[in-house]
Amino acid sequence: MSLARLLNSPDTEGLGRPKSLWASLHLDPVLLALLLLLIGGGLFVLYSGADRNLDMVKGQMMRFGVALVVMFVFAQFDPAVFRRWAPWLYAVGIAGLVAVLLVGVGAKGAQRWLALPGLPRFQPSELMKLVVPMMAAWYLSRYYLPPTFSRVMVGLVIVLLPMFLIIRQPDLGTSLLVGMAGVFVVFFAGISWKLIAAFFGAVAVSAPLMWFYVMRDYQKQRVLTLLDPQSDPLGAGWNIIQSKTAIGSGGLDGKGWLQGTQSHLEFLPESHTDFIVAVLAEEFGFIGVLLLLALYFLIILRCLYIAVTAQDSFSRLLAGALTMTFFIYVFVNVGMVSGLLPVVGVPLPLISYGGTSGVTLMAAFGVLMSIHTHRRMISA
Amino acid sequence: MAWGEFKDTAAERRLFQRRALVLLGLVVLALSGLLVRMYQLQIVEHEIYTTLSDKNRVQVQSVPPPRGLVYDRSGILLAENRPVFSLTVVPERVGDMDDTLAQLRDILSIPEEDIERFQRRLNERRRPFQEIPLSYDLDEEEIARMAVHRHQFPGVEVKAELVRYYPHSELTAHALGYVGRINREELQRIDPVNYAGTNYIGKSGVERFYEGVLHGRVGYQHVETNARGRILRVLERENPVPGEDLQLHLDLRLQRKAHELMEDRRGAIIAIEPRTGGILALASVPGFDANKFVTGISVADYRDLSESIDKPLFNRALRGQYPPGSTIKPMMAVAALDSGVTTRDRRIWDPGYFQLNEGGRRYRDWKRAGHGWVNLMDSVAESCDVYFYQIGVEMGVDVMYHYLSRFGFGEDATLDVSGALSGLLPSRDWKRAMRSEPWYPGDSINMSIGQGFFLSTPLQLATATALLANRGVWVEPRLLKDIRGDRPLEEFLPASTHMPLNLKNPDDWEYVVDTMVEVMHGVKGTARSAARGTSYRMAGKTGTAQVFSLGEDEEYDAEEVRERLRDHALFVGFAPADDPQIAAAIIVENGGGGSSVAAPMARQLFDAWLEEFPAAEAAGAVTQAKAGEDR
Repeated sequence: MSLARLLNSPDTEGLGRPKSLWASLHLDPVLLALLLLLIGGGLFVLYSGADRNLDMVKGQMMRFGVALVVMFVFAQFDPAVFRRWAPWLYAVGIAGLVAVLLVGVGAKGAQRWLALPGLPRFQPSELMKLVVPMMAAWYLSRYYLPPTFSRVMVGLVIVLLPMFLIIRQPDLGTSLLVGMAGVFVVFFAGISWKLIAAFFGAVAVSAPLMWFYVMRDYQKQRVLTLLDPQSDPLGAGWNIIQSKTAIGSGGLDGKGWLQGTQSHLEFLPESHTDFIVAVLAEEFGFIGVLLLLALYFLIILRCLYIAVTAQDSFSRLLAGALTMTFFIYVFVNVGMVSGLLPVVGVPLPLISYGGTSGVTLMAAFGVLMSIHTHRRMISA
Repeated sequence: MAWGEFKDTAAERRLFQRRALVLLGLVVLALSGLLVRMYQLQIVEHEIYTTLSDKNRVQVQSVPPPRGLVYDRSGILLAENRPVFSLTVVPERVGDMDDTLAQLRDILSIPEEDIERFQRRLNERRRPFQEIPLSYDLDEEEIARMAVHRHQFPGVEVKAELVRYYPHSELTAHALGYVGRINREELQRIDPVNYAGTNYIGKSGVERFYEGVLHGRVGYQHVETNARGRILRVLERENPVPGEDLQLHLDLRLQRKAHELMEDRRGAIIAIEPRTGGILALASVPGFDANKFVTGISVADYRDLSESIDKPLFNRALRGQYPPGSTIKPMMAVAALDSGVTTRDRRIWDPGYFQLNEGGRRYRDWKRAGHGWVNLMDSVAESCDVYFYQIGVEMGVDVMYHYLSRFGFGEDATLDVSGALSGLLPSRDWKRAMRSEPWYPGDSINMSIGQGFFLSTPLQLATATALLANRGVWVEPRLLKDIRGDRPLEEFLPASTHMPLNLKNPDDWEYVVDTMVEVMHGVKGTARSAARGTSYRMAGKTGTAQVFSLGEDEEYDAEEVRERLRDHALFVGFAPADDPQIAAAIIVENGGGGSSVAAPMARQLFDAWLEEFPAAEAAGAVTQAKAGEDR
């Protein structure tokens, strides 16, 4: 038994040794340190991006204080709890999404918030970023892996249903993030390469159909603007032109903290939210970008390690999917600000100002820490 | 086991590890891709972006589209654009703003209001390096002085821009409306990109209603500037799409005629072409010079206009709500005939008053001695009140309300007339809701001769008269006749919404028109003197509306007070009676009697439209033809 346990968990926590402080707190010190480094550095960039608005920085600190508490709370639950609760959480989440469509409140033509009496306002779609991979992992890990074709299909339905509901809000960005989280579960579960090839084939075929029948005008405009920002230099193209100018003018070592002319002369729009990475690139140059991406990479690496060393399939699938969702955030945001991807409203994780996504992300890291620190003797 | 199927845990772990490895590879690849992109922007193309950023040398400037022109029906320009030189400031390029403003005021005369407005704009949200207008309409001398001192003022430019100009403004201000500077509320409403270079927006009238058509689409240009912000050259230009030119039904000659007829009195004249619904004249007198409002009216000028007791800014034609008085009688006649309350032959004894019941209140006829035995024809022609009291009581408010609402009373029935009010067509429900009182038969008596609660705008009276002229066929009044461009008119003009008013006996239309002809040409017609000697047959109805009150705190001299307590004179009518070319409603405030004051004005208006103008055109055509032969 002890041999099996040692083989199965090549981690620090050995049998018989007293549990370390970190383990009893159910926190992973490596991951925590990396996250705090990122958040702390991000606050400096935010101070510059928000044009030296100290209140904003304080607000952001408050928000991350709350997010850290949320992370801590999530880390205390045993992964088995998440597994047991997954179907119920999923049902609640779907009900919430339907309720948003029926009675939700929102702004700018989209309904995203649910204001229930007695509860703080919240976005069910934000919750689904956690719950969809949980549900998919719960379902697929009940059976042997890799899953059969029909189970893959059921898994995809679990993912597509909330995606569809979120698109109707309409909120394409969140819908895609939720979808990616679910799709990564299916991928990790071992879906065959043939199916993956078929999927990409289908995407290639359906892209033109999406363009003509599904996408809204403003979404098409974003794609067109990406391909040729000069086509609309006063409107949507302005953001891309200005952010590229900010990044490019930063050079190797940047203009120095608080010295970015693009952001401080207000050329750069959204400089404290979605486009904050341009501020960093302008003021800290290529070196700053390199450090930032390295930090993100280390976090992803640690999380993947946690996933690989997890003890059961549910934990592995969930941890893997949450990690990859985090990566997608980074990739989409930096890609969009540097003009590689169309402008979709995805913030730079743990650095952009505001939004509820920071809390969700930290909750996800809480789940990862929970997976890493709740280890038990297992028989099979 | 609990999972119900056999699971090979070790195999699953290995599977996951392989998959994780694949994705790790993907992550490395993607992050490397981002790094390569950043390397490209920051290292390879660094020079390009540094240049862009350092001086922001290449700027995008918006090029505002020229606003569409407005023509009258015969092609006379009513609204054009003329170049005006204004002083603009790019705040980012100005070192010390207060100092600059002070120095500018030394060499130019900039009113305090302009400075204040500029300061306000300075604090509002805007794009960086967007210029803010400081002073408008510089004269030649100021432009010259600015040219001399130009080097002292980085960021300050003299800029030519096209500004709206109304060549016949005193005549057309109320019909056309005017443009003015965009204010804060409008800023919330407009598309900021399309209005990036536009300083003016339609505030009222046609200018407001057709703002989207007249404005056009913004263009832009990339310009290279030096460090002080002076434009060195234009690199690339996307031309703006000019606004569409509009042609209105309005006829400037008739509009001028209407103003001449009104002389220095106050009132409104509306003329409509019944077949098309086109508004030929929309005159509210006195008018005002809308050009003053375009670049911003001075406080003193505005006070003069707004505090004048003649209320020149008040659009009487669309927003003046008057009791229609006896001009409502032809419409009442239609209602009474069609509802079966009366017949053409029915006669009523008019002793000079009407009583609901023996010994009750006496409702007087305007003719003290009474008209004696009268039928419907006589009652319209002689404007007998008692006949209408009788049928008003018999019809009751519901029937009257039903028919009058079909004539367009109580609603804004126009297609594209901005700011038209809907008057007040009283009903049982209205009185209960607004006055918390039931409808009394006495209210019906008042309503039957267009008094009491009943209020109508001159435009509504003209609309109802055009409906009479059209024998019940609805053609909603409209100003827009045509768009100079490829796009069809239907794209811009709202659709018609009214169903024709069909009578059980369509011949009743002809009968009611005959009663109106009798008013003009009959032996006892109230307006027979106005129609004497016409070459065409006129149909009409006179009216007199009582003026009830005058504001107690208003101070006028005795003469003035007496004048302003006189009744309003009204007239509605159309001509020729059997082939109507023009329908009109006229109201002269404190004018006295409808037959003595308003009806002769209508006669002259119709003469002009039916005889003088066609004759002048024919003469003009002959001259032109001759000129052609000579050449």
